[in-house]
Amino acid sequence: MLISSALISGLGIGSMYGLLALGFHITYAVSRTVNFAQGSTMMLGAVLCFSGWVTLALPLPLAVILALAGSALWSVIVERVAVRPFVRTGSQSWLMATVALGIVLDNLVLFGFGKDPRGMPPGTLTTSFITIAGIKVQLLQIIIPIVGLALAAALHLVAQRTRYGRAMLATVQNPSAARLMGIDVGTITTAAFAISGLLAGVAGILVAPLFTISSTMGTLFGIKAFAVAILGGITSAWGVVLAGLIYGVAEALITALLGSTYTQIVSFALVILVLAVLPNGLFGRAEARKV
Amino acid sequence: MTNQIAQYRAFGPRSGWLTRRLVLSVVLLGVPALQIPAYAAEPIKIGHVAALSGASAQSGEAITRGLALAIDEINAKGGLLGGRKLELIQRDDESSPPKGIVAARELISKEKVVAIFGGIDTPVSLAITPLANKEKSIFMGVWAAGTGITRNGATPNYVFRVSAVDALVDIKLLDYAAKKFGSKKPGLMLINNPWGESNQKGLIDADTANAAVEIAGIEKFENNDVDMIPQLTRLKEKGADSIILVVNTPPGAQVMKSRERMGWTVPVVSHWGISGGRFPELAGPTAGDAHFVQTYSFFGKLSPAGERVLAALKAKYPAIKGPEDIFAPVGTANAYDAVHLVALAITEAGDTDAEKVRVALEGLKTPFEGLIKTYKQPFSADNHDALGPDDYVMVRYDGNKIVPTQ
Repeated sequence: MLISSALISGLGIGSMYGLLALGFHITYAVSRTVNFAQGSTMMLGAVLCFSGWVTLALPLPLAVILALAGSALWSVIVERVAVRPFVRTGSQSWLMATVALGIVLDNLVLFGFGKDPRGMPPGTLTTSFITIAGIKVQLLQIIIPIVGLALAAALHLVAQRTRYGRAMLATVQNPSAARLMGIDVGTITTAAFAISGLLAGVAGILVAPLFTISSTMGTLFGIKAFAVAILGGITSAWGVVLAGLIYGVAEALITALLGSTYTQIVSFALVILVLAVLPNGLFGRAEARKV
Repeated sequence: MTNQIAQYRAFGPRSGWLTRRLVLSVVLLGVPALQIPAYAAEPIKIGHVAALSGASAQSGEAITRGLALAIDEINAKGGLLGGRKLELIQRDDESSPPKGIVAARELISKEKVVAIFGGIDTPVSLAITPLANKEKSIFMGVWAAGTGITRNGATPNYVFRVSAVDALVDIKLLDYAAKKFGSKKPGLMLINNPWGESNQKGLIDADTANAAVEIAGIEKFENNDVDMIPQLTRLKEKGADSIILVVNTPPGAQVMKSRERMGWTVPVVSHWGISGGRFPELAGPTAGDAHFVQTYSFFGKLSPAGERVLAALKAKYPAIKGPEDIFAPVGTANAYDAVHLVALAITEAGDTDAEKVRVALEGLKTPFEGLIKTYKQPFSADNHDALGPDDYVMVRYDGNKIVPTQ
């Protein structure tokens, strides 16, 4: 009972880490940059969805679409303002700039949304239960990992099968050659950031009913997701999603067996341990560096 | 100011725009100083260090309302000590002990406040307590219930409280679980911080003294935990037939959500931390299952003081139409009574000197008809807590309203 319920909630939270980590993966794969403030983008998705649905009383689907559009747009802004100008000059300062922009967003939301944590109103997904192996499970907790894995699969298919995906892969392999072949590298990068924001938005909306919604809800989540991305080997899409699930389940098991006081200590220590043994993460491949 | 302007002019012609801006801002900054009217007498400053932002912001606002109402009443009657008005100076501790200490130190040394009123967070109040005793400054608790805040071992002790005390609340919680729900094996769910520890000790002591109950197990959790199912499952497996909850609103709501997800329907008897924020919204449909302790309820038949304060609240805060609109009512009620007790002590001491006010508080002569009760000698040299178990009421949320259960 203890272990099985830990597994279910671990898979749920873990697939959200996976979604955020997938966002890190996709921009890294295309442009060798990431938005370090993915956690803030996730928070934006949750806050926009709540504001649309509860504050403005919009229909839920519309609120979700607006929240996702907002998260994607924000991610594009991050790329234009905090990443592209630095990459162009060969500087690594985008690293700090994305963190800074995330803090700016957190504070803007603090002013706009307020200091009070809010809670999503109950809906069908949170009030319906199904019974699996004798354990009552909230519908939402089943849907979260399904959505997580489905999005990872969709992304995989898009990358492998579509023209757009192939253009992306070409950009990954050699930006200069891709440019010569008529691929607009700038647009591809923008698209990658938009998708990354979209994934963060999905994660935010899905975890909102489990969490309380506030301007700081994404901070620790974002850090864990980055740990997951590195753990999975940031170059592998399936790797980061699997790493997310593993991390989530590990966290839940540690909480179940040792108590939540030890969760953070033990789970981050495990990440360090894994990276010490496997420097490219669990599923990543070593990159050949051209000198 | 003329000298300053002359200095800025020395920047020279190239920074002309800069000079104009600086002169303008210096002039603008100076304007409020000119508008301050000459007071008949120097105001008596009252400090307030509490969570005015963050998860427990509502608690800070509720306390602020109680303080403001009492201060308005006192000032409307001409103030204290021959016309000196009370003035409230607030600082936000953001629920962080270091920030609370910095704020308290500033209020004591710079603002020279007569007394500092505290907030909801026991860790913050426990951090301010030694400072107040060292600086010989009155610290009046109006929410945080940690036993060690007033029972701190210092002599003389400058820390007083008009609020619940963990050790006494813990006796009440176990007793209520046994009598109301017939619970024999309550399981403890405690936040992992000094407040949780204070209650762990209190509950174990209360358990020893109470033959009707036997604690089934003790579980702790962190502020940011999303999922408390593991802890609750362990309690369930140990045969717990009720949950005793000690936590503030957001994690408390997570406990209720986890309990709901498990489909576990045991009664929940809670300390009052859950009433410091939007508990019904955050906890969802099962929020009403948690019965919790309060020192005051604006529902039911009110005393004359209750009617008066409710009317004043409605007048000052138009959003309040009735008792159901008063969030975190204990903060308002405790703070209101506490300000009046401190004011009485200042009057009886005939001075704002902290030492004299402390002695006056310990031997208050005038009875005070407050919101919670009529205070007759509420404090003594040994007892710095004005309220006891007889002053506690048990309530639950019905929608957004707090309604009595007894």
